[in-house]
Amino acid sequence: MSSLTVRDVHVRLGHKQVLAGVSAMFAPGQITCVVGPNGAGKSTLLTLLAGLRKPDSGEVRVDDAHIGALPPRIRAQRIGYLPQIPEVAWAIDVRTLVGLGRTPYIGARGLTAADDAIVDRAMENAGIAAMANRDVTSLSGGERARALIGRALAGEPEWLLADEPLTGLDPGYQLEVTALFRRMAGNGCGVIVTLHDLHMALRMADRVIVLAEGRVLADDTPMRALAPAILTQAYGVETRFWDGAAGPVIEIVGGRG
Amino acid sequence: MTAISRGALFAILLLAMAVLAIASLSAGKMWVPWSAWFAAVDDPRWTIVFELRLPRTVLAIAVGMALGASGAALQGYTRNPLADPGILGVSSMAAFGAVMTLYLGMSVTFPWLLPVGAMLGAFIGVGTLLLLSGSASSLLTFVLAGMVLNTLSTAGVALALNLAPTPWAVNEIVNWLMGSLADRSVEEVRMALPFIAVGCAILFTMPRALDALTLGEAGARSLGISMERTRLWLALGVCLAAGASVAVTGVIGFVGLVTPHLLRPLVGSRPGALLLPSALAGAVIVLAADIIVRLMPSAAELKLGVAMAAIGGPFFLMLLINLRRKAA
Repeated sequence: MSSLTVRDVHVRLGHKQVLAGVSAMFAPGQITCVVGPNGAGKSTLLTLLAGLRKPDSGEVRVDDAHIGALPPRIRAQRIGYLPQIPEVAWAIDVRTLVGLGRTPYIGARGLTAADDAIVDRAMENAGIAAMANRDVTSLSGGERARALIGRALAGEPEWLLADEPLTGLDPGYQLEVTALFRRMAGNGCGVIVTLHDLHMALRMADRVIVLAEGRVLADDTPMRALAPAILTQAYGVETRFWDGAAGPVIEIVGGRG
Repeated sequence: MTAISRGALFAILLLAMAVLAIASLSAGKMWVPWSAWFAAVDDPRWTIVFELRLPRTVLAIAVGMALGASGAALQGYTRNPLADPGILGVSSMAAFGAVMTLYLGMSVTFPWLLPVGAMLGAFIGVGTLLLLSGSASSLLTFVLAGMVLNTLSTAGVALALNLAPTPWAVNEIVNWLMGSLADRSVEEVRMALPFIAVGCAILFTMPRALDALTLGEAGARSLGISMERTRLWLALGVCLAAGASVAVTGVIGFVGLVTPHLLRPLVGSRPGALLLPSALAGAVIVLAADIIVRLMPSAAELKLGVAMAAIGGPFFLMLLINLRRKAA
């Protein structure tokens, strides 16, 4: 079975020790949510897993291979990454944007007929087939987010790493994107997302990792990892679980002040 | 949305280039009709066409392609529609490099030093740009870095003029700086063409990287693009193509700015798809401008660089106003 592993990674940015000895093993076919207060090192962890940054010490492995030892193209074929602040510089159409997801596969001739078919399927799955010819700059925030996820789908990654994919989306789109991740995990993809919304983490994750000050505070099922004692330690807030209509709900009862 | 098919775009550009190339061989102070091209070798008209106008036409095409491709590549890399070898200071750095060889008088004994100086200047220019801008390559840092390079190289050139040993040297430098295709010989073609060809060839291998950069640097790297290699290729391609162009023609600005901008809507805004059409259109623009300059009824021939600046300046202004409107 394939795996993505970090072992005792340390990262220092300027004067700040962003990650201080994080170890975790990720499994395919699961949604893993990484939560934690601002500056806990969530995004940095994701860039390590994507192979975009080298840890100061410790290692990141894909199966048994060192991530740095993989040729960039192969790494990109296996690991898809959605940055926190999505940038689309030019007024390309949605189809072209999704087609960029095929970059690690194409040669000098550009997209082949097989690539085109995969792009079509990715757009279908992301629910953006109807806007294939629309200019990316004309899309709403939610449409844009789905178009970018469509781009990640087109790369057919074994691992999808998404940094704050739900930020700025209205509740309807949040559920839609969550459902999309669930389908990908159902197809065997290992989905790793960072989230601010604890409630969404509780709702979508198979497993939750709580980071605080560059260390793993909890790595468990959502109910256990997001237990009141841990959240108090991580965020300094007092919480409790409620039984909601669609499953348990985290209520924030009191804060630091 | 691609407004017209790629095949049609290439056909139109190549046709325009062919027509203008023929016109460029015929037009000038003396009109040489097609029928006289293959007159006897001792006919003066043969000399005009093949020894004066042919090198000039070939250089117009080569320089136009170099500037068009460099502009498209720089805009794609910086994700900035205002990038261009001229505005980013690469051309003026090349000019500075060339002027240094003129000033030191070395170009008389070793003519090949001038293009080497120009390309070295261009390389330092692109290299400094890429270093200065680093990973936070915002529109502002690039334009500011370009301004710094432009200021420094202008100061360098002024210093060379100031300290020039003879009025003759001053005259040579000034004339050369204004940018022109007049009186270029087969020598210049031989000097510049190989470098321009290699530079363009390097730039033409970059579509995949430039397309991926649409998603920003992190996005491109996550798609398996090596930024180190992309930067190196870009610096080499631009310094060879733009540097060699500046070496033989002086600074001809705005071609690299205007051309990609005009073609962008026609290729669906994909930066990689813009490279080749932009090179062809650059050749078309320089050819056309050079013909117009030749036909101007003025005592001294209008310099091509001056003419392009006169057209490009207002265009640049328009672009800025449009950008502001979009941002507002």
